[in-house]
Amino acid sequence: MEHGAVIKHDETKGPKTGAWRYMHPEVDKEKCIGCATCVPFCPEASIEMKENKADIDYDYCKGCGVCAEVCPVKAIMMKKK
Amino acid sequence: MNKELAKHFFSGHSACAGCAFPAIVRAVLGEASCEVVVANATGCLEVTSSLYPYTAWKTPWIHNAFENAAATISGVERAYEIMKRKKRLPGGDKKIKFVAFGGDGGTYDIGLQSLSGALERGHNFLYVLYDNEGYMNTGNQRSSATPYGAATETTPSGRASFGKTELRKNLMDIVAAHHIPYLAQANVAYLADLKKKAQKALAVEGPSFLTVFSPCTNNWKFPTSQYVAIAKLATETNFWPLYEIENGKYKITSEPKNVKPLTDFLKTQGRFKHLFSEKNKPVLERMQQITNEEFARLVSLTEK
Repeated sequence: MEHGAVIKHDETKGPKTGAWRYMHPEVDKEKCIGCATCVPFCPEASIEMKENKADIDYDYCKGCGVCAEVCPVKAIMMKKK
Repeated sequence: MNKELAKHFFSGHSACAGCAFPAIVRAVLGEASCEVVVANATGCLEVTSSLYPYTAWKTPWIHNAFENAAATISGVERAYEIMKRKKRLPGGDKKIKFVAFGGDGGTYDIGLQSLSGALERGHNFLYVLYDNEGYMNTGNQRSSATPYGAATETTPSGRASFGKTELRKNLMDIVAAHHIPYLAQANVAYLADLKKKAQKALAVEGPSFLTVFSPCTNNWKFPTSQYVAIAKLATETNFWPLYEIENGKYKITSEPKNVKPLTDFLKTQGRFKHLFSEKNKPVLERMQQITNEEFARLVSLTEK
């Protein structure tokens, strides 16, 4: 049987959507309270909690600004490069 | 990269910045306790997640046409059951949950008959509808999920028209009429509630159904950072009540304490901008009235 259209997930073939970004989010580690509210709302799953602080992976972040918007203490700021 | 969150649906998909459905997909599949197989109706989710030669899906995933996500997943489920019975499964006898994703175009309109068939046959699957209220992938055409008064490409606002003149179809009631054990309406802004519902829906042996509100930044015309805030307003204004129907019993799962006027929700989006003119005042009043009546009807159903 020919598997003409079977594609295996391969991270290396994926586009690094960070190139889409116009504004980029910056986490103020002092202000961040580690509530992780931003984590599940990120469409790119690019926020991780490291040492109880939000940490953003800029390889995939498209710069939408959802994390900055949902942050209850405004610890994430959107900045131009 | 959050590996735990991206377990089923990875990054590198080409959904618009600030799109709501990745959060829905991850929240729903994150609740699965066993392996899942996904079928996907054509729509934003399908085209953005599988750009050749890449796929963002780390679970087995099947692409099919617009109208037959439910038919495909029921075929997969049946084939798996039969191969299990005949002991012909190479990977051994594993528990698998079958999940189908579809947008409102592929569910309310085009895929309705295959969904109805699969629900009636009682296959063991969960159908997740992410409702962005129109054909957003092809540039904002109206669907039967588009609300009254919204301007779309095929129902433009202008001198002769105020946008869509028909009411939204009540799909929850259509699905409930199939007597399935569990269905629920959820909202992406209320992730805890969505996860709870997903858990219940995945635990059902038989068909289950979830409708999830999914704001579209591009065609509802709001800034990319706003999807959570807008989705929250939809529930706070009773435009999108959160409820579930378990074995025929209606239950409202989260009710806003102070109901906001519907205009709070409408004014956040460009597709309703034209309604705030003097001429379209009656349309706004009518929309508020529709929302109130719908919610009152829902409340009366929960009291039965």
